[in-house]
Amino acid sequence: MANKLEERVKAIIVEQLGVNAEQVTPEASFIDDLGADSLDTVELIMAFEEEFGAEIPDDEAEKLTSVGKVIEYLAAKGFDKE
Amino acid sequence: MRRVVVTGLGVVSPIGCGVAAFWERLTSGVGGISRIDRFDPSAFSSQIAGQIRDFSADALIPSKEQRRMDLFSVYGVSAAKLAVADAGIDWATIDRERCGVAVSSGIGGIQTLSDELTVLQEKGPRRVSPFLVPQMIVNMPAGLIAIEFGLKGPNFATVTACASALHSIGHAFRAINHGDADLMVAGGAEAPITPIGLAGFCSMRALSTRNDDPAHACRPFDKDRDGFVMSEGAGVVILEEYEHAVTRGAVIYAEVAGFGMSCDANHITAPCEDGAGAARAMLAAMHDAGLSRDDVDYINAHGTSTPMNDKCETAAIKGAFGEQAKRVMISSTKSVTGHMLGAAGGIESIVCALAIKHGVIPPTINYTTPDPDCDLDYVPNTARTHTVRACLNNSFGFGGHNGCLAFKRV
Repeated sequence: MANKLEERVKAIIVEQLGVNAEQVTPEASFIDDLGADSLDTVELIMAFEEEFGAEIPDDEAEKLTSVGKVIEYLAAKGFDKE
Repeated sequence: MRRVVVTGLGVVSPIGCGVAAFWERLTSGVGGISRIDRFDPSAFSSQIAGQIRDFSADALIPSKEQRRMDLFSVYGVSAAKLAVADAGIDWATIDRERCGVAVSSGIGGIQTLSDELTVLQEKGPRRVSPFLVPQMIVNMPAGLIAIEFGLKGPNFATVTACASALHSIGHAFRAINHGDADLMVAGGAEAPITPIGLAGFCSMRALSTRNDDPAHACRPFDKDRDGFVMSEGAGVVILEEYEHAVTRGAVIYAEVAGFGMSCDANHITAPCEDGAGAARAMLAAMHDAGLSRDDVDYINAHGTSTPMNDKCETAAIKGAFGEQAKRVMISSTKSVTGHMLGAAGGIESIVCALAIKHGVIPPTINYTTPDPDCDLDYVPNTARTHTVRACLNNSFGFGGHNGCLAFKRV
């Protein structure tokens, strides 16, 4: 079920990494599939923090290596209710 | 003795991008100064600049990469790509471990720094971009150019304020001359037209406040000059060892014959009244090039249009040339382009190469009233057709940094 959270996450990834929406599948890894480097991934996490008013500590951020993992993480924190 | 020649030129400027457009407008004397509209300038004492309009780097740099670059890097990398294309280089035939880059800037990514300072203040340190440091540092265009073309030779960015590009080209010349490299991509880039950049120069009272008449504001050597006009862009040249250039059938614009440097050791911003420091740089360049006063036909002046520079530079030229000062033709590119700060030395080296190649000296425009302190031949208002056997390029920077490059016909 496509929901608002997924759409918002995907929009941020498309803008930050300059990729097409079709590439942003749940399995897509930021580094391996979407061409991000380590600086890109830091900025990506900041963009999610900004969008959702969240704080994502570094030890949790480093596990968020794919689109799907980000969506799961934010849903678990309750951001899919907005 | 390894000779060094100029084989490619890349220009991003307020009067055109690419050599043809730039040279046409420069020699026609059509200036690039206008009212700033990148932000609202009405609170500033100077409201005019040489702003680049209608330039898209998309054909030269993927937009995804541009997102990670300050504007000065976009200009610098674009100009480098134009220069490489102009030189007709086939990288497959060249040892890229012997090719390097020396492209610099006076202030670097000031817009990026300014933006992230606001983020720091409003949202705290955790929101400061991981790209702040790589985007703002002055040497990053040189790094990016090397990445783009796989250039693994010497790589640096010399910083001397408004003489930055000139010193970069000078030391790139030395690197080839000495044998450290066979080819260098060299020059400078600057994107200072930002509120903080403008405010800083306004507070120094260094800028022209002729806001009601921007087209006539930049008037080097004219009696009614009242300060420089800030501008932006990049000027990059390809320097090559002579035999290397000839072997690959490169078109040669001119030879880099010499490089001279000095410091005024006088004041943080004001030049020596008698121009002694600048004169020493010119004499050093001529000595390095094996040129006598009689051999130099043209001087591309620093010519900023400030009361102090133009007077002191005139004194310097008289000091270096004696009686010959009356014969030598002098012009200020800045009268047309504005002052591109750390990129000026690059743009003006390109002008020297083209003046030699085409036998045309571009004018100092907006010259209407002579100043008794500036009584030499500034090629006023109209370009002049004249053989240029050799010429000098002057650039001087805050801190008293004087640089001079000598070019000659091949």
